[in-house]
Amino acid sequence: MAANVYDEMRGMDGSVLPHYQSYQAWLEANPPERLVQKRNEAEVMFHRLGITFAVYGEEAGGERLIPFDIIPRILPATDWQKLERGLAQRVKAINLFLHDVYHDQTMIKEGLMPAAKVLENTQYRPIMQGLSVPGNTYAHITGVDIVCTGPGEFYVLEDNLRVPSGVSYMLENRKMMMRLFPELFSRQAVQPIEHYPDILLETLRGVAPLGVADPVVALLTPGAFNSAYFEHTFLAQQMGIELVEGQDLMVRDDTVYMRTTKGPKRVDVIYRRVDDDFLDPQVFRKDSMLGVPGLMKAYRAGRVTLANAVGTGIADDKSMYIHVPDMIKFFLNEEPILKNVPTWELSKKDDLNHVLNHLPELVVKEVHGSGGYGMLVGPTATASQRAEFRDRIIADPGKYIAQPTLALSTCPTFVESGVAPRHVDLRPFVLSGKEIRIVPGGLTRVALKEGSLVVNSSQGGGTKDTWVLES
Amino acid sequence: MLSRSANDLFWMSRHMERAENTARILDVTYRMALLPYRVMEAGEKWAEPWALPLVITGLAKEYYAKHTELTAQKVMQFMVFDPANPSSIFSSLQLARENARGQRGSITSEMWESLNATWLEMRSLTYSMVDARGISNFFDWVKNRSHLFRGVTFGTMLRDEVYSFIRLGTFLERADNTARILDVKYHTLLPSIDEVGGAVDYYQWGSLLRSVGTFEAYRKIYRDVITPFRVGELLILRQDVPRSLHACMNDIYEILQSLSDSERLEPERLAGEMHAQLHYGRSEQVFELGLHEYLMRFLDKIDALSTEINKHFLVPDYS
Repeated sequence: MAANVYDEMRGMDGSVLPHYQSYQAWLEANPPERLVQKRNEAEVMFHRLGITFAVYGEEAGGERLIPFDIIPRILPATDWQKLERGLAQRVKAINLFLHDVYHDQTMIKEGLMPAAKVLENTQYRPIMQGLSVPGNTYAHITGVDIVCTGPGEFYVLEDNLRVPSGVSYMLENRKMMMRLFPELFSRQAVQPIEHYPDILLETLRGVAPLGVADPVVALLTPGAFNSAYFEHTFLAQQMGIELVEGQDLMVRDDTVYMRTTKGPKRVDVIYRRVDDDFLDPQVFRKDSMLGVPGLMKAYRAGRVTLANAVGTGIADDKSMYIHVPDMIKFFLNEEPILKNVPTWELSKKDDLNHVLNHLPELVVKEVHGSGGYGMLVGPTATASQRAEFRDRIIADPGKYIAQPTLALSTCPTFVESGVAPRHVDLRPFVLSGKEIRIVPGGLTRVALKEGSLVVNSSQGGGTKDTWVLES
Repeated sequence: MLSRSANDLFWMSRHMERAENTARILDVTYRMALLPYRVMEAGEKWAEPWALPLVITGLAKEYYAKHTELTAQKVMQFMVFDPANPSSIFSSLQLARENARGQRGSITSEMWESLNATWLEMRSLTYSMVDARGISNFFDWVKNRSHLFRGVTFGTMLRDEVYSFIRLGTFLERADNTARILDVKYHTLLPSIDEVGGAVDYYQWGSLLRSVGTFEAYRKIYRDVITPFRVGELLILRQDVPRSLHACMNDIYEILQSLSDSERLEPERLAGEMHAQLHYGRSEQVFELGLHEYLMRFLDKIDALSTEINKHFLVPDYS
């Protein structure tokens, strides 16, 4: 496998590619001691800034830093142009699909999508049926996980349509790099990403209920113990909007209000970072303390916009992922620009047999899983891990999908032994409102362990600044 | 702004101010404990100095539930490092930081960094480290961190409601603390009338002034010996002394005037009443009533004011 790995700096044959040459020259001129010193500086600074995330399963309130790698991941402008077009196309089709699911269901009627797959999915929300949302936009913020396997060869790994996170690290990583290595940014023109909060706010204000002239936007967080709480506070501050918890909101006459020091104040758009299940105890989980009783009534009355819309989860589980290329063809009449990873659905007998016979070569994931939990990476798993996973698959095949182990690209990364290649992925953030907008780049996650393909921060992954070059 | 945010930020600055005041109280206790006993004349009432911080903060009961004897080290442990004591410097800095963490969206990043750095350093300290570096250096550090925090707030915050609630917390806590410090000195230290002007008297009242950073101001204003009457006047009625009750109420009243509207008037009214009494009051009235009695009434009013602020702004009930 290792022989076929594409390194984004050195390609397949070891010679430094053009878009990395300027950086490589700088790297050679700087002794490793300086890099060590800069890395330590970054760590101290991240601690002081309190840029941390909570890890589930650790002691309550445990905060940890996500390791930050000081070597940027560099993408040539041409690669990004392709990615940008592909992402916009994909998210546009997904929004059309979501509208279709909750209205006419033509894709099901025309036999392109098994009805049961949609209607029996736990993420399908009957309460959304027939409800019109502003601009027919459901997924306002989408994080699309992308991997690279060769020059300009990108695959979409998954679409995160519910409450994708990570954008604050993208922004903080850039800020940190500019602070640590200002000289690098004068050597090479890197496309800016700092305006993300501005266009996010514009996107959110653009989808306010009809007739609201000066919409008030608030960010709804589950609270300080959520793993992404730092990001919630960060984005609220950057956008200059209130960061609210469920207890700060109330619904009166189908209208949502915040409890403020000047009495109740109306809220028109809620950028919610709370899952559907917890939004409204009158409709979803009754034990939810995070939500707002009556919120769904106000939503259905068209008095408030939720971003993302309720019910977007139907399009982001791994069994639906398989159909995104069909959505693009069906709704846009276009060929997909970005490829899907070939996927076996273990609910199908043939696929199941194939996967069970090729377990050591495949990656098996839970259909509804996320965060790198509950997955099997065949080539690196031990025989006993594979045997155990095999039993789990046989017990409930419909719970899983499998994909070939992709030879994920590597990027130079500063690890204990020095600069060495490590596997990376990329999560760009796609904003959809009146138009689709994407800041160039995204969050690059890197598997810090040699040979590891798991980039999730909960599994020891780190992050890097991602540079899209001007030309 | 959100009531919950206002509440968190109000308490953020209260806790920071409390940390500073605790450091001031401990610092002056430490200095007094260094005074040689020989300055005392026979029959003088001289409270064990290390009891003072416990009396001022009203934590004597909690202390004796844990410790049997009163020693410098044990009081320091309790008042500086004990996480179970909600008023210890450790707890105050932790709570200030926790309150801020919940409101990072409302304060400037420089404020957050300052609070977070303070907390991270506090967390790394132990009694033996503080002792080795010099205890007074530690108190200076706490005071400096508090000054820094206030300075960063002053220098970076938008002058909006958020700023008002942060300031409100500072001045309410400060008024409360000044009254408590003044009261305890009266309790434990006021010498009999013939000892006025003696060495102990001088050191005790001098220490009190130092603990609230007003020793130099006293000298400048009175150019005379330190007397309880003047100390009372200075710390209660003088509005040009930044930690006096009058100065604190000036700020509190002004802030509440800016926060009031037709449906939220009571806090302003109460503060206005308290302010008028300080603004137009005379020292003689204070001492006729008795300093202790006066301060007790003041603390009750501060309490009532806090309750009204809660009801109208911080924890409103709309149902």
